[in-house]
Amino acid sequence: MLIKLTGGIVYDPASGIDGQQQDIYIRDGRIIAKPADAIVDKEYDLKGKVVMSGAIDMHTHIGGGKGNIARTLLPEDHRQDPVHRSDITRSGCGHAMPSTFVTGYRYAEMGYTAGFEPAVLPNNARQAHMEMGDIPILDKGGYVMLGSDDYLLRMLTAKKDQKAINDYVAWTMTGAKAIGVKVVNPGGINAFKFNQRKLDLDEQNSHYGVTPREILRVLATAVKEIGVAHPLHVHGCNLGVPGNVQTTLDTIQGIGGLPMHLTHIQFHSYGTEGDFKFSSGAAQIAEAINRNKNITIDVGQILFGQTVTASGDNMRQHANHKHASPNKWVTMDIECDAGCGVVPFKYKDQNFVNALQWAIGLETFLLVNDPWRIFLTTDHPNGAPFTSYPHLIRLLMDRSFRNDVLATIHPEAQKMTTLASIEREYTLQEIAIMTRAGAAKLIGLKDRGGLSAGNWADITVYTDNADRQKMFEKPDYVFKDGQLVVVDGKVVSTKWGTTHVVKPEFDASVEKGLKDYFDRYLTMKLGNFKISDDEITEDGRGSISVHPLQGDVA
Amino acid sequence: MTEITEVPSPFCGIGTDDLTIKVDGVLLKVIENGCAVNTPAFEQPITDTHARVSGQEVSLEVAVAKAAELLKDTKLPLIGGCATDVNGMRGLLALADKAGAVIDNMNFTGARNNFLALQDSGWMNTTLAEVKNRCDLLLVVGTDVEAFAPRFFERYLWNKESMFLEDTSSREVIYLGRAPSGTASTSPTGKAAQVLPCAIEDLPEVIAVLRALVKKQPIRVTSVAGIAVADLQAIADKLLAATYGVVTWGAGALAFRQAELTVQTLSEMIKDINNQNTRCSGLPLAGKEGDQTANQVCGWTTGYPARTRFSSGYPEYDPFLNDTKVLLENGEVDALVWVQAFNVNAVPPETSLPTIVVGRSGMTFTKEPDVFIPVGTPGIDHAGHAYRMDNVVAIRLKKLRDSGLPSTAEVLNAIEHAL
Repeated sequence: MLIKLTGGIVYDPASGIDGQQQDIYIRDGRIIAKPADAIVDKEYDLKGKVVMSGAIDMHTHIGGGKGNIARTLLPEDHRQDPVHRSDITRSGCGHAMPSTFVTGYRYAEMGYTAGFEPAVLPNNARQAHMEMGDIPILDKGGYVMLGSDDYLLRMLTAKKDQKAINDYVAWTMTGAKAIGVKVVNPGGINAFKFNQRKLDLDEQNSHYGVTPREILRVLATAVKEIGVAHPLHVHGCNLGVPGNVQTTLDTIQGIGGLPMHLTHIQFHSYGTEGDFKFSSGAAQIAEAINRNKNITIDVGQILFGQTVTASGDNMRQHANHKHASPNKWVTMDIECDAGCGVVPFKYKDQNFVNALQWAIGLETFLLVNDPWRIFLTTDHPNGAPFTSYPHLIRLLMDRSFRNDVLATIHPEAQKMTTLASIEREYTLQEIAIMTRAGAAKLIGLKDRGGLSAGNWADITVYTDNADRQKMFEKPDYVFKDGQLVVVDGKVVSTKWGTTHVVKPEFDASVEKGLKDYFDRYLTMKLGNFKISDDEITEDGRGSISVHPLQGDVA
Repeated sequence: MTEITEVPSPFCGIGTDDLTIKVDGVLLKVIENGCAVNTPAFEQPITDTHARVSGQEVSLEVAVAKAAELLKDTKLPLIGGCATDVNGMRGLLALADKAGAVIDNMNFTGARNNFLALQDSGWMNTTLAEVKNRCDLLLVVGTDVEAFAPRFFERYLWNKESMFLEDTSSREVIYLGRAPSGTASTSPTGKAAQVLPCAIEDLPEVIAVLRALVKKQPIRVTSVAGIAVADLQAIADKLLAATYGVVTWGAGALAFRQAELTVQTLSEMIKDINNQNTRCSGLPLAGKEGDQTANQVCGWTTGYPARTRFSSGYPEYDPFLNDTKVLLENGEVDALVWVQAFNVNAVPPETSLPTIVVGRSGMTFTKEPDVFIPVGTPGIDHAGHAYRMDNVVAIRLKKLRDSGLPSTAEVLNAIEHAL
């Protein structure tokens, strides 16, 4: 079957195409060059329409235990957004932490075709993959969490060399079926188990004597040396603490030029100025990002309303429980591996801190120059549910709308932000970079996020509209692997996406030490820890896509 | 004949995965690391290999068609039991969604004590590896741990080595409410657990006083439910002095009205301890025969735990009204599908409604169901996944033998497609 998309205005930053009229041909799920003499089976007239590749959310909590705790915790939230079944879709719930099926439908209905779970605990990786296995349409993948696991900290205390750590990181990525590595409050989750309630960048874990700075260095080095495309994905120290802008600047400096991705940086960009001892550090952060080309960030924008925060950072989530709204919350210590904390939040525009958080996120978006190094996230669901992305895109693309909203927030917060004076408006091409080409490049997806021949045909078609929120919340068409899945913002057919992984090499002898450790201290046999390919594929729906490592010959 | 090692068990809830099982055709024998719960569950022989309709052996296809026919014109079918693996629950929920059924996990009334507390105020919990390596004080509330999971102490408290305790046998165990049925909680050096018994229904009062003591509130009485307040004060002091205290309870064992309030008081007490600069965590005991699996899969598929109905076209959770017992007593449902792939003794409740049983081979009935489809057991007859008690680790179940029995998922998917 040959499909032709005719006459659309194409935004494909991966090929350097910025709003040019182009035809696109699709066969067997992939985009192909114009065939010489083939008969077109189905043609879509896209004259005047905006065409981008399917959007990729590079940081969204869509799979794993903490998300299911968040769901279980909030029946009252689900009841306000019930989702009916239809002949082609399953029932479920929406709003803050939607059910898996609804997650897939609603992402697709906004033109997204892939989402990446950033906090896959090694011991909970099966759950992450099983939940993501029940998300239709989207491709998915996960970043495996290290840095508070006792095995790594024991290695650091024992002064194991970088090669040994690289083997352990590669082994864990393979066993957990990951495409990246994340660290959350480096060493801090572990320190909380020893009753430390805070851990600064240069503060030692009381048991291991290891600092977050050392953990970040060794993991960022490992990720680079084993050739994983996605840089170490870092949720830094002191999340949410006024004054943490300095921690974040020190973290950037401390990584010594190694590739590093700082996630939901909005939560790590707070100063201590002003009457309320809470101020924006966005300008300093943006300046540091602009100067340090080894750093990428996603924002973790907050938007006003009810949501739930679900994080691996049990140390900070425990401290944040005082702000729980409604007042119920969960933390867990997990398997000498990591932890989690789930705290419902209601961000209010008339609350000074929340209002300034909102402004800090937007300042960050607008002050970082290079759209290839900044990504559009709300840290779903932590800053806001992913369904608010079209609203966020309008805030970025439409200065007068942005200033209208700004004029309604807490007046003291308005005084503490430079937002009103920032003239920048994101272009369609810049949005396409942040949500498509840049994201695919950052994660290391070899054939997604672009519209040139050879890419999978993940394609979104919009009607150009000056109201960018309306435009981005209701695409005319979404194709996933060449299959038409959404028409006029509604799912018309479903399919199953693939699971993106890398398979870095490691010295098989790494398992000797690990087997001994599992037998002595953990609760599972080493052989039962490792996830096999058939666990993802055996139900006939899932598949695995292995992406190249840096240095691989294509 | 083969021997399979490192076999994980879906039966005991604590994720034992070190069993060695001898396989001789379809006969299994646990030859290493069995226990009173796991060994009989693995060794249960296969008796039924054919489906039955009205007691007559039929092909699987005929049984599936009959099941679909029975469900076709129902107004509100009930899918009870819900004891299977992850893929089985996926199939069960797809069928329920299509049929507009209500689903109810058979042990939900016990688990409800935890869910209501969780959904009202939350908790701070831990998992088994943390217990194994960190716990220096275990407080057991109203529960006979070793009857629930015979190897709990051997695996997670009296382990030879731990990362953070010099000597695991120095851990302290205190039972509050119910005395243990055996000596598994006695340390390898012979130190017996401290036991403070009381009537189980008096636990709300005892736990309320314990929490007050933890919060340093004055208590005027000198004894509560036969327990000296001084003894409770000693427990409070130990919890506040521990390095990593753990409080455990079995939600189902707290068999008194509104036990969710006791779970809540315990969970809030644990938060109070953490707010006084001491670590302490809860450890709810649960997870046998697919309980956690049912709630986890239902959780991500619907947003709600496994007592949820689909009769409005979307999931509606009600921990009281969607109770199998209530629905049957009130005549609210018009057919029963019973799904139980683990336990031949967990038979469906007696009812005159059309009944379809998707059950473990070997199940016997006082009243023959309209349709009986024997299925394989996850972790024996086919591979699969099951959650253990702490809800974090999903164990990968192995296929041990070729029995030819279909999986729960295969059967339920076939019924769904036939609808």
